[in-house]
Amino acid sequence: MAKNPEHRDLFPGALEIMILQSLRLRPMHGYALVKHIKQVSDNLLQVEEGSLYPALQRMLREELLESETGLSAKGRPTRIYRLTEAGIRHLEQEVESFEKMFAGITRVLAVARV
Amino acid sequence: MRILSKLFSRRRRYDDIAVSIQEHIAERTEELMEEGMERKQAEQAAKREFGSVTQVAERSREEWQWPALESILADLKLTMRRLRKSPGFAVTVLLTIALGIGANTTVFSVVDGVLLKPLAYPDPGRLVALTLNAPGAGGLADFSSGLHLSPSMYLTFSEHNRIFQSMGVWTTGTASVTGLAQPEEVKTAGISEGVLETLGLLPTAGRWFSQGDQDPRGAKTVMLSYGYWQRRFGGDKSAIGRSIQVDAETREIVGVMPPGFKIVDKEFDLLVPTAFDTKNQKLAGFYLEGIGRLKPGVPLQQADADIARLIPVWMDSWSNGPGSNPHFYERWKITPAFRSLKQSVIGDVGKVLWTVMATVGLVMLIACTNVANLLLVRAESRQQELAIRAALGAGRIRIARELLTESVTLGLMGGVIAVGVAYAGLRLLTAIGPADLPRLNEVSLDLPALGFALLLSVLSGLLFGSIPALRYARAKASTAIGNANRTASAGRVRQKSRNVLVVAQVAMALVLLVSALLMIRTFAALRNVDPGFSDAPHIQTMHIWIPDLLVADPQTVTRQQNTIVDKLAAIPGVTSVGFAGAVPMENNDPNWDEIGVEGKHYEGGEPPLRLFNYVSPDYFKTVGTKLVAGRDFTWDDIYGMRPMVMVSENFARESWGSASAAVGKRVRQFSSMPWQEVIGVVQDVRQHGVDQDAPPTIYWAAMLNDPYTPKPTIDAPRAVTFAIRSNRAGNEVFLKEVQQAVWSVNSNLPLASVQTMQDLYGKSMARTSFTLVMLAIAGSMALALGIIGIYGVISYAVSQRTREIGIRLALGAQKSELKWLFVRSALLLTTTGVAIGLGTAAALMQLMKSLLFGISPLDPFTYIAVPFILIISAALASYLPARRAAAVNPVEALRAD
Repeated sequence: MAKNPEHRDLFPGALEIMILQSLRLRPMHGYALVKHIKQVSDNLLQVEEGSLYPALQRMLREELLESETGLSAKGRPTRIYRLTEAGIRHLEQEVESFEKMFAGITRVLAVARV
Repeated sequence: MRILSKLFSRRRRYDDIAVSIQEHIAERTEELMEEGMERKQAEQAAKREFGSVTQVAERSREEWQWPALESILADLKLTMRRLRKSPGFAVTVLLTIALGIGANTTVFSVVDGVLLKPLAYPDPGRLVALTLNAPGAGGLADFSSGLHLSPSMYLTFSEHNRIFQSMGVWTTGTASVTGLAQPEEVKTAGISEGVLETLGLLPTAGRWFSQGDQDPRGAKTVMLSYGYWQRRFGGDKSAIGRSIQVDAETREIVGVMPPGFKIVDKEFDLLVPTAFDTKNQKLAGFYLEGIGRLKPGVPLQQADADIARLIPVWMDSWSNGPGSNPHFYERWKITPAFRSLKQSVIGDVGKVLWTVMATVGLVMLIACTNVANLLLVRAESRQQELAIRAALGAGRIRIARELLTESVTLGLMGGVIAVGVAYAGLRLLTAIGPADLPRLNEVSLDLPALGFALLLSVLSGLLFGSIPALRYARAKASTAIGNANRTASAGRVRQKSRNVLVVAQVAMALVLLVSALLMIRTFAALRNVDPGFSDAPHIQTMHIWIPDLLVADPQTVTRQQNTIVDKLAAIPGVTSVGFAGAVPMENNDPNWDEIGVEGKHYEGGEPPLRLFNYVSPDYFKTVGTKLVAGRDFTWDDIYGMRPMVMVSENFARESWGSASAAVGKRVRQFSSMPWQEVIGVVQDVRQHGVDQDAPPTIYWAAMLNDPYTPKPTIDAPRAVTFAIRSNRAGNEVFLKEVQQAVWSVNSNLPLASVQTMQDLYGKSMARTSFTLVMLAIAGSMALALGIIGIYGVISYAVSQRTREIGIRLALGAQKSELKWLFVRSALLLTTTGVAIGLGTAAALMQLMKSLLFGISPLDPFTYIAVPFILIISAALASYLPARRAAAVNPVEALRAD
């Protein structure tokens, strides 16, 4: 459920790939991730906290991520999430399959417009 | 290991989640404050944006859990807490379930041990019992398991068959062992070559019999059972090679069989080689049991066909002596009717056991309905709670799962107690079980039985839990909440499921009570049968065998038996003594052969076979068989070898029309033999058991001319059963005196099968009384549970309708009318149950037909008495709560709640 009706639901796997891509740039803590995604997407995408934290735990369990104690932007203790080797591999596979999908969708839409 | 480390790290994970979320909100709050918000407002806004912290945290934690299991564990905790809060309910339910599952597990372990488990021999599926059908052989073939084999048959079959890997014949008997301690009579099994090879179990010590041991002129050898080896030799291996005297013959011990080894289903102390003389055999002498091991892949039918081909070969290969017709046996119509060895061991006991199993299964169902009823009442008191939870979004499945968790937990806890019940039950059952129940020593509370108990626990839990679960999981929140307190009376729907359960219960109880009463009536009918002897507890019987190596001359045998009779008669308290080839119900027929009546023409030229018995003077008087006409034998008749016989009343009627007409008439065995005069007629004797018709019988004197030798030679039955009539029968001092009396005549004679006639009589009814006891227990449990069920339902209805009763009373209803209101509803339920039960019983009892005696499965008395009992009980069970209803104080009832 998007809080803002202008934001549509993400499709399955989208949140995951964005988290992975963001963490590939640099390890981050939860709030930083939310802000990062919001900024990078120019406010077009908003990450649900209700989905973010379970997703982080799921990826931890699948060993795509690892967590370590670190400091937040405000200097308080929190958990920093970092990509593992497996996480990088998974991300690359996912990106490839997403690109194929986007290409497919774009072509279909292009034909429909003619 | 992975799972363990996961569990350890889990707490750390949970902390991480909490810290992350906390920091998330704190950071957002600070940001909002930087944008100029008040701290309080900023905190609230941050939290609102984040959503439910608890929920996000829980969903994050769930990533690390096995959610189904953990919430089941939570349900389990809740269940235990609730059970602790109502111990009365918990104890009632657990006891009901434990008794039900316990009884079922007990009977199942018997069914499994006796009927289902394969025999304890290697590759038992290939073992076959060589039984023959011979419809033309009369009593010789029909009283036990078809026609037995003769040695010549065995020799023919074993030489020419194409289907057996090995086959052999065996017979059981007794032998006296001397030279160890006191003379002792032991159980023996005579086995031919092939028996041990067929059964396939190797000896514990020593070796099997060799071919040389089976040569009548070869070495005399013997093998021991494990039990006898332990008892007499203390399990000493040096027993191999030692010699013992078996029936006055010296035999060398060559081997010991392993513990629990039986020859088919017979226990033995000694194994003795039959050592047939392969040259000198006749066609006749049908006394051997045959077993075979089929070659791999050969079906049973093929074995029948193969041996059927050999029966003419057998008749062509042997004879009964010069002048006899070897094809005489064609008239017997001998055909192989081989059965698997297991089938042959189990016999027809399956019917009894399955009946008992079905019975306790039905009791279990009744118990389950009772528990379901209790659970319904309990769920009802939680109805508001459940409705509120449903309103708050708990799914149907979630609620049903919780109710089922509770019932399955109850089932499993009951199952644990049930194992104890089953253990006790099994000990009881093996104690009271019929002595002729085969394989009883193979019955134990083993893994399959425990698995059965577990399965039953879960299934019964699901069964009695599913009824409340179905009812309440779909309860509509609005109706339940709205319907709460202020209704006048319980809704129709609520009462309905309980009513259906009570009707089912009554119907099942009726079926069980009908079966129990039919068994009681059967037992009574059996007790009313005149077995042909009287006052059985005061008749002492014992078996004495005088082997020919001990006393060679038949006349001396008779004289010694005569002296024993005199010595026994002199014991104080003895009123009469006699002996016979076999006393009734001993399951030992001395002989069967043909008897021709003078002047009678027989179809096919040959008279039918009759049961032969050999009796001493005063034998009939001793056992209480009434003399119907003529007179008894005297010792003078016997020593004078006078050509006289006595006959049974049914033989006399069949041959001459009446008992008195028989006296003075003549019969003979073979046409080559002299006529014998009938001097007396005695009443019919149920030789093979109370429920078996009395066979027409010829009684020969205890010394006679052997009909089976070419020239007349005097012969005497050497194995006889003595009967002593005395008030002291069964008394130990008395038995010592009896032993002394026998040993004063011949100190080498052991007494065997010492028992009273009552023991024999009891054994012959053992199956009936066993079935009776089991069904009676089940029937009374069913009745008790049924009454509790009715009481519970009416009682609950009264408590639920207190307000309605109050209103009725306030409006002027009569107390007696109110009582009748409740009793009537109970009677309505009972009558419905009775009607359904009667139909079911009438159909089911047809299956029990073979267990009944003297009454029809539709016995009118039973079908009137049982409903009567049930309706009276229901009326009583409902009257108690109904009286409570009438005693309701209207003011209090209306003020309550």
